[in-house]
Amino acid sequence: MRELARSHTEVAPATAVRLVAQREIDTRLRTRSFVMSTAVIIAVLAGYLLLQASLFSDAHRVDVGLTGQATSIAGPLQVAGKAVGLEVHTTQVGDRTAARAKLEADELDAVVFGNPAEPEVLVRSELDDRLRAVLIDIARQQILTGELAKAGVTDPRAVLAQASQADVEVTTVAPAGAEHGQRLGIGLIMVFLLFMAISTYGTMVAQGVVEEKASRVVEILLATVQPWQLLLGKVVGIGLVGLAQLVIVAGVGLVMAVASGVVTLSGVAIGALIWGVVWYVVGFFLYATLFAAAGSLVSRQEDVQSVVTPVTIVLTLGFVVGLNLMLQNPDGTGVAALSHVPLLSPVIMPGRITAGQVAGWEIALSLIVTLAAVVALTWLGGRVYHNAVLHTGSRMRVRDALRGTR
Amino acid sequence: MPEHTLAISGLHKRFGQVVALRDVGFTVRPGELFGFVGSNGAGKTTTMRIVLGVLNPDAGEVTFGGAPITRQVRTRIGYMPEERGLYPKMKVADHLVYLAELHGLSSVDARAATQRWLGRLGLDHRRGDEVQKLSLGNQQRVQLAAALVHEPDLLVLDEPFSGLDPVAVDVMSDVLREEAARGVPVVFSSHQLDLVERLCDRIGIIAGGRMVAVGSVEELTASAGAELEVVAPQAEPDWAANLPGVTVVAEEGPRTVLRLAPGADDQAVLHAALATGPVTGFTRHRPSLVELFRAVVTEDGGGSRHA
Repeated sequence: MRELARSHTEVAPATAVRLVAQREIDTRLRTRSFVMSTAVIIAVLAGYLLLQASLFSDAHRVDVGLTGQATSIAGPLQVAGKAVGLEVHTTQVGDRTAARAKLEADELDAVVFGNPAEPEVLVRSELDDRLRAVLIDIARQQILTGELAKAGVTDPRAVLAQASQADVEVTTVAPAGAEHGQRLGIGLIMVFLLFMAISTYGTMVAQGVVEEKASRVVEILLATVQPWQLLLGKVVGIGLVGLAQLVIVAGVGLVMAVASGVVTLSGVAIGALIWGVVWYVVGFFLYATLFAAAGSLVSRQEDVQSVVTPVTIVLTLGFVVGLNLMLQNPDGTGVAALSHVPLLSPVIMPGRITAGQVAGWEIALSLIVTLAAVVALTWLGGRVYHNAVLHTGSRMRVRDALRGTR
Repeated sequence: MPEHTLAISGLHKRFGQVVALRDVGFTVRPGELFGFVGSNGAGKTTTMRIVLGVLNPDAGEVTFGGAPITRQVRTRIGYMPEERGLYPKMKVADHLVYLAELHGLSSVDARAATQRWLGRLGLDHRRGDEVQKLSLGNQQRVQLAAALVHEPDLLVLDEPFSGLDPVAVDVMSDVLREEAARGVPVVFSSHQLDLVERLCDRIGIIAGGRMVAVGSVEELTASAGAELEVVAPQAEPDWAANLPGVTVVAEEGPRTVLRLAPGADDQAVLHAALATGPVTGFTRHRPSLVELFRAVVTEDGGGSRHA
């Protein structure tokens, strides 16, 4: 016969929270759905990067065929092309028939005939504007060289070289940098990943709360742990699972982006990843108790969607508006203002940090405001959860949940 | 072992306009099996949830070993809620280990206790299965294991026998007896009154949120009075009508059924019967718990609960 246990070992709050969090991680991290969803997101990201990589190289490369006299401009063409960001590849082409065939086969973008001073260009449908400018420039130089020689200039090339050195000196007030496009791209991907992570795992918190209510296991749990311990453990556990996915996806994405050459600014990308993690933690805590409170109002899985939707709408609003404003101008006042609004900041601010120019004090201010909101909403959400989690049957009104006592 | 007595006193609870409990109180001593019976909605579940601290009473208190039930004490209670609840997708053994740890057992102890209860309840071969894949009867067994896995000092079980097959009822009865035998006070509610009568040391009947009877089966049935069946072939009609403390229930030829008021003397009835001539039958019926329950519940009625 067993003896009555004499030692009343109370469960320390930290232990209770750890046990609850551990259960969430154990039951979610090793599941097929976690592996599958991670793989799918990575696949989508890889597809996007491949598309970017091909667009990137296509947009800057031209293949030019040269015939007869025009063969002599191969060198100047490459040099002048580089100056306007064109990667010019030249090949020698036999005659017009061969040129036509190669153009039709898409092996060449343009073929140049005749005298360099009066070039004739054969293209499939239209001539790239930059290539046209380069060709005109070369023709002008040819003409100038001839005219200068006629005018008795002994060394026309020296004059031309001097002329070609002329440049405009540019001083920027707010430098966007050559990496502007890349920064914007990284920022947008980060915004997207954050939105996905917070909404997916936030909804999971609501579903988890309802699962416990629907299965009534919550009554057994609350007989031994306090509501706040159960709530905190759940939020921390699911939050960590979400964080693991975010880091895996963003990390793999980063490696792919750098390896494929789409992203050359690995420093910026790593910075974006770090800020992304920081804002995920803050943003997830901000939304998780809201999701949990929403979930605690209902008792059946079928009803989760209806209570979660208002929360998701706010999050989606931040995502859509933030994305659009950022595409227009990542340094615009609209984005700047929204990046300080607590429920929108976790999605918008990290994008802004990567894509635009943000002062340190702005980040600090936004973080402080958001953390204050986390405290306020955790208190509110915790109260709703505490009062509603044992309520079964019909949907509970938020007002009753805020006021009620058990 | 007075330190393990559960004492409930003066509980009041009101939900909106409905008074769920009025001055509910009873005690359950160590090693005692206490049957808590009452109609649906009488207040059994509300009382149990208050004991577990899942619900707060408007007034009254619950003590265990003389001290109010604190959170620390609460982790030492084994609880089976009326609405069964386990995570459907968790594996049986994992689930029990989790609950044991939440109740303060170390990981090693939790595993050992899980192993022991799975064996005791014949669930060893299902340990790796998800709870939802088990039959309802087996889910009930897991639920019982969940209430017992942390070796509680007090058991509070809401309808532990509902939905069990006869074999499982026997297993459950044995387990409850064993737990009581090691000194644990056991409170359980049930609608199966024959089972309660057979199993329990003491019984509490609740009706309309009020305790209408508390005591051992003998005490309750004795106090409720007994029925006498007398067969006296030569007796005149109404021969028993004027005996003190006696009500005539039925008279059919030589057979007379009488109800004795509590404390009334059955020997006086026998003398009176013998005075009429030969007595060929004299039987005393103790009312069964079912009859007693019907009597007190209809008498006290569930009605007029609105404040």
